[in-house]
Amino acid sequence: MTDAPQGTTALPIQIRDLTKRYGSVHALNSVDLDVHSGEFLTLLGPSGSGKTTLLMAIAGFSRPDSGSIRFGEDEVILTPPHKREVGMVFQSYALFPHMNVADNIGFPLKLRGISGAERAARVEEALETVQLSGFGARNIDQLSGGQRQRVALARAFVFGPRILLMDEPLSALDKKLRERMQIELKHLHRKLGVTTVYVTHDQREALTMSDRVAVINDGELIQLDTPEVIYNSPANAFVADFIGESTMLPLTRDDAGALLFRGQVVGDAGTDQGRDWTLVMRPERLFFADAGAETDDQTIVLTGVLREAVFQGESEMALVAIDDDTEVAVRFGTSGRASASGSNAGDQVSIGLDRNDVIIIPDGQAV
Amino acid sequence: MARADAGGSRSGKHLHEAALKRQHAREQWSVLSLVVPAMIVIVLIILIPLSWLFYLSFLGDDGGFSLENYHKMTQYKSYYRIFVTTFQVSILTTLACIALGYPLAFFLAQLPPRWAGVFMLAVLLPFWTSLLVRTYAWLVLLQKRGILNEFAMQVGLWETPIKLVHNLTGTLIGMAHIMLPFLILPLYNAMRKIDKDMMHAAANLGANPINAFWRVYFPLSLPGMVAGSLIVFVLCLGFYVTPAVLGGGRVIMVSNHITAILENQFDWGAASALGVVLLVATTFTLYVAARLFKFDAALFGRD
Ligand SMILES: Nc1ncnc2c1ncn2[C@@H]1O[C@H](COP(=O)(O)OP(=O)(O)OP(=O)(O)O)[C@@H](O)[C@H]1O
Ligand SMILES: [Mg+2]
Repeated sequence: MTDAPQGTTALPIQIRDLTKRYGSVHALNSVDLDVHSGEFLTLLGPSGSGKTTLLMAIAGFSRPDSGSIRFGEDEVILTPPHKREVGMVFQSYALFPHMNVADNIGFPLKLRGISGAERAARVEEALETVQLSGFGARNIDQLSGGQRQRVALARAFVFGPRILLMDEPLSALDKKLRERMQIELKHLHRKLGVTTVYVTHDQREALTMSDRVAVINDGELIQLDTPEVIYNSPANAFVADFIGESTMLPLTRDDAGALLFRGQVVGDAGTDQGRDWTLVMRPERLFFADAGAETDDQTIVLTGVLREAVFQGESEMALVAIDDDTEVAVRFGTSGRASASGSNAGDQVSIGLDRNDVIIIPDGQAV
Repeated sequence: MARADAGGSRSGKHLHEAALKRQHAREQWSVLSLVVPAMIVIVLIILIPLSWLFYLSFLGDDGGFSLENYHKMTQYKSYYRIFVTTFQVSILTTLACIALGYPLAFFLAQLPPRWAGVFMLAVLLPFWTSLLVRTYAWLVLLQKRGILNEFAMQVGLWETPIKLVHNLTGTLIGMAHIMLPFLILPLYNAMRKIDKDMMHAAANLGANPINAFWRVYFPLSLPGMVAGSLIVFVLCLGFYVTPAVLGGGRVIMVSNHITAILENQFDWGAASALGVVLLVATTFTLYVAARLFKFDAALFGRD
């Protein structure tokens, strides 16, 4: 904590009824969102869902049509961006090409009247934090993508903002570097303790890094919760489909309210009458069962024909047709006990699903 | 597999090496042949006349080598004044173009591309009319009983006609108008290339709009401005028509004087010497500017 800039406290963000239209497109449709003080919150959604628009509104670059944004107690909806004291890492990094690394990072300090020795010291400290000591005199175009990313990061927090925004900061990096930066960003967040809003359309990145994930689609907030809850209890088919891999199959409901999948009871709709229900099966939760295994109160067993098994490195993916037009994906470890070994395409196989891993979502509403 | 192949070439088989080299050479020659027509034109209309010019300028009255044409230039004060006028007009025109062109280019760069195209058409329109026509149009507008004076007097802005033409003012107005597109085009290009995120970043880091402009936008637009200014400046140095028509004999630039020498004295030697000096001065200016600004190398750290 000693590295955190002096006098900085994280601030919560409270967004109410935020709306922004571009012509007939609702980029943001009456969004309510609370970001807790000091948390790492990720906005996750497909391309064009409004993530950048929301971030721009928080930073003050775009003017919403209506709504309220509070940083702590202060309403900032009318505050110009240069007075919001919010750090931002841009997808393009937006480093100033006519300044070297130290001048880029020193820029916000210079504007705040911090001069000479103190500025140099704080720039150096920031460089150290992002592991770029000694790079101050470099020009921007002498840096690799990952180094630029760090400079952009250092510039965003060097002046001690209470809120940090990042718009897909890792999307330009290759997979290896991206995964390392994810850990470093997480580490830095813990160290600075600053309220962070992070944008990505990579669900895996969102699950890895966040305290909470806000799933956004078509300018609306669909679900806001911890990664575990989002993954294990998706609010609707959109979330289930967008986060992780899944096979979704329709359920029927009997008169008693029990939910049936091909005659097997998988859940209970309770008194809820007027909806359709969907069974979500995660490929990695399914396994190959012994031939002749039966559904019991622990496991649901389905039988089908193995269509194809594809080697994918750390795991193998099998497609099993449980009837003529329904295929279920099964993922299994390449060195685990469960495997398709011995089975060839065309063979009859049984697949099992633990009842605890059953995910049932209400469907039939607007998703 | 890959290993086996690598081993093969290391053992020195050099498969098809000579044929591949020949193919490469053939391609290079065929590319070179594309510039041959241009090279011929350059030799014919630039190198040969220029050499001839140099040769003439060092020719004395007796037909032998002599420096007398250059010597004359240092003797007469009028030559000195002509060069001062030339640089003065060129510098002032360039400044006027920057003053008019920078805000205009900035405005264009903020517009959505479709509208920018429409406005750019308006900027470029003058390019498609003859230089002479545009110059005489200014004469019509600016002369003593011209449209501008008549209008101003009718409205009551001033009582007696103001002398707007046949002097330095008129020359500058005309030249700035003609040169403006040469400044705006490269400048607009440079401005369009400035990422919107740059200005967002500046604001986000705490820069108010004025700071953001001077510390980020302006430096990023500078290469375009320097390029445009140099084009304008160099074109001005050799300009003839506009000072001749709108200067009314009071604004004598080098080109005007060269014409005068040829028409009145038929002195090819003196005229050539003047041309050579102008050429050297122009080259020198470009060289200094290139060193001073190193163009985008200095600004973007590329060596
Ligand atoms: N300046 C603009 N003018 C018109 N429409 C816009 C503008 N900016 C965004 N939009 C529209 O608003 C919607 C949301 O865009 P936004 O950039 O916020 O998406 P995003 O979630 O950031 O997507 P991505 O993952 O591709 O970055 C999109 O439909 C987009 O086309
Ligand atoms: Mg975006």
